[in-house]
Amino acid sequence: MEIIIRPKSVFNLDFKEIWHYRELFYVFAWRDIKVRYKQTVLGISWALFQPLVTTGIFSIFFGKIAKIPSDHIPYPLFVLTGLVFWSFFSNSVTAASQSMVASENIIKKVYFPRLIIPLSSIVTAGLDFLISFLMLLLVMVYYRYFPQFTSLLVLPVLLLTLILTAGGIGLFTSAINVKYRDVRYILPFFIQIGLFVTPIIYPISVILDYRKWLLILNPLTSVIETARALYSGKPINYFLISLGFAISVVIFSLGLYYFRKTEAFFADVA
Amino acid sequence: MDNIIEVSDLSKKYRLGQEQRYYTLRDSIASLSSLPKQLWGVWGNFSEILEKNEFWALKDVSFSVKRGEVVGVIGKNGAGKSTLLKILSRITPPTYGQARLRGRVASLLEVGTGFNQELTGRENIFLNGAILGMSRQEVRRKFDEIVAFAEVERFIDTPVKRYSSGMYLRLAFAVAAHLEPEILLVDEVLSVGDAQFQEKSLGKMREITQQEGRTIIFVSHNMGAINALCNRCLLLEQGQTVAFGETAEVVTKYLSSKRKSVNNIWKIPKKPSVPFYVSKMWLTDENGKAISQIEMGENVNLNLEAKITQEIRDGVLAALVATEGSPLLYIYDTDNSPELRRKRRVGKYFEQVLLPTSIFKEGDYTISIMIGHGQDNLTDQNCEISFKIVNTKRDLTHLSFRKNRLGFLYQETHWEVRQLGRQKEY
Repeated sequence: MEIIIRPKSVFNLDFKEIWHYRELFYVFAWRDIKVRYKQTVLGISWALFQPLVTTGIFSIFFGKIAKIPSDHIPYPLFVLTGLVFWSFFSNSVTAASQSMVASENIIKKVYFPRLIIPLSSIVTAGLDFLISFLMLLLVMVYYRYFPQFTSLLVLPVLLLTLILTAGGIGLFTSAINVKYRDVRYILPFFIQIGLFVTPIIYPISVILDYRKWLLILNPLTSVIETARALYSGKPINYFLISLGFAISVVIFSLGLYYFRKTEAFFADVA
Repeated sequence: MDNIIEVSDLSKKYRLGQEQRYYTLRDSIASLSSLPKQLWGVWGNFSEILEKNEFWALKDVSFSVKRGEVVGVIGKNGAGKSTLLKILSRITPPTYGQARLRGRVASLLEVGTGFNQELTGRENIFLNGAILGMSRQEVRRKFDEIVAFAEVERFIDTPVKRYSSGMYLRLAFAVAAHLEPEILLVDEVLSVGDAQFQEKSLGKMREITQQEGRTIIFVSHNMGAINALCNRCLLLEQGQTVAFGETAEVVTKYLSSKRKSVNNIWKIPKKPSVPFYVSKMWLTDENGKAISQIEMGENVNLNLEAKITQEIRDGVLAALVATEGSPLLYIYDTDNSPELRRKRRVGKYFEQVLLPTSIFKEGDYTISIMIGHGQDNLTDQNCEISFKIVNTKRDLTHLSFRKNRLGFLYQETHWEVRQLGRQKEY
C-alpha cells in the first residue's frame, strides 16, 4: 500500500477509499443513535411524538378552522403523509449542517474521507423516519386507505429522491457551516419557509397553474404528492416523479461538489 | 531502496486570516470594507487580494526515513512540526511538494480523539478504535489487552464522563497503543498526564519501537523522550530544515540555539485563547531586585503573573527547573494550597515561590512553566526563562562539585574515612 500526498484536487472521488472506511460510517451512525436518547424519559418515542402532535395541531387549525382542502383525503392522514417525509428532510439537513462543526476536534486530528461525517449523521433521521413511516401505515389502515400495488416500484424512487435532496443540501450546509457559523441561525428560517413552499398542509391542486411550476421545481413536492396518490387513488404522475428525481440528482451533485471543493481545508478553517 | 517515507519539497502556506477561529457575517459587516472580500471568499480564490498576509508554515522540507527507523522532529513552537505531521497524516494538504508513505499509516496527534462523554468505556474503545483506523474485528481481538493496560476493568460499562481524569487518559492511551500500523505519526502525546502515566506511556512507546519494522515519526518538546526513542532527528526552524541527522547532535544543536534566545524575564507576546496562562515571569533576590545571575549557595525567588479568564476547576501550575535538558526540580503551586485545585476565580494573580537554588552547582539553568487543566495541557512552550549560577567566592579546584564534574548538586558532604588495618596484614 502506498499513499502519495500532493496538493488537493477536487474531482477525483475515491469510491474505493470510502468503501474502505465503511465501518467508520456505521460506527458514527451507531454513536449518534446511541447518544441521541441518553438520559431521556421517553427515549425513542420522541420520534413519534413530534409528527403526531404537529399533525394534531395542523388538523385543528388548517383542517377544521381554515378548512384547507385535502384532495378528499381525511385531513389528519393528508397532513401526516406530508410531515413524515418533511420531517426526514428537515431533521437530516439540521443534523448534517451541525455535523462537521461538532466533529471539529476529530477533523483536526485524524484523516478519513470527510464525507462520512455528514452522511452518517443522516442515519439517525432515517431511523426516526422508519418509525414514523410505520405509524403512517397504521393511520392509513385506520382510515381504510390501502396503498396500490405500484407503490412497491414507485416508493423506492421517492425515497431515493428524498435522500438525495436532503443529502445534497446537508452536504452543502455542513461544509459552509465550517467557515460561516451563520448557517446555524439561517437554517431554521429556511426550514420554516420550506414547510410552506412544499405541499404539506395544502395540496398542489389549489395552486394556480402558472405558479405550480415553481412548486414542482421542489423535489419534495414530487415525493409528497406522489406518496398521497399511492393510496388515495389519484392517477400517478410519472412526469412529476422523473422531474423530482432529476432535480434531486442535480442538488446532490452540487452539494457534493461544494463539499469536495472545501473539504481539504476544513482542518485549517474550523 | 528501503525508504518507507520520502518527503520532497513539502511546503504549506497559510493565510493569516485563517488564524481567526471562524467567521460570522456580523464580523464582516463590522468592517464593511472587507465584506466584498469575505463574500468573494466563500467561492474561493481570493488569493490575489490577501497575498500580503501569507506565511509559510513549512517550506521546502525534504527528508527520507528508512523502514524501522524512529525519527524525532524538534523545534520551537511555530517551527512547523505540527504542520508537517498534519500533512503526513493527510489532515491538511500541502501547498506544493509531495510525500510518499509506503505502508499503513496511523496518526496519533492526541489521545482519545472522538471520545464521547455519554458512552461507556467499552463503547468508546470501539468508537476510538474505528476513528484511528482499526477494524471492529481488530478491536475485538485486542479488547481484553486494552482494558487490562488501562486498568479500568471495573468501570468498563460506566460512561466515561464519570471517569477520573487519570482513568480517562489511560483508556485513551491504551487504545492508541494497540494500533498496529507500519507507520506511526505521534505528536506530543506523552506530555499529558502525571509522571507515572508518562513513564508508562514512554515504556509502551519503547516497546512499540522495538517491534520489528515499525516506523515512527515523533514530535516532542521532551528532549528526554527524544533521546530515549529516536535514531535520527529533524530540527525545524520557521518551517525550514536546520538539521537532520544523529539524535544526539541535533538535540545539542537545538538546545544551544534555544539557550541563546531565552532571557531572564519573560512576557507573553499576545493574549492566548486559554483560560489560564502566565503573562510574566522573572527572578528576584531577597531584596526584590530582578536578577539573572545567582551566587552559588544562594536561593532565588521565582515570580509569576498569572491570568484566569474563566473560572476553572482542577487546574495546576507547575514550575520545572532544568539544566541541559535534565529536569531537577518540579513544583506545583497547589502543593501547600490544595484549595487552588478545587477552584480558581477569574482574575490576575501574583505567585511567588522560593527556589532552593542554593543546592545547585554552577551552570546554566532554565525554568519553564507547565499548566494543566483537567486533562488539558495549557502549557505555553515558549514560557521559559534562564539563569546562571556562578561562583565568585570559593575555590573549588579540588572539590567534587566543581563545574565540570558529574552531578548537579552543590552540597557539602563529609566522608568518614578510617583505616582498618595495614596492607601487610592482608
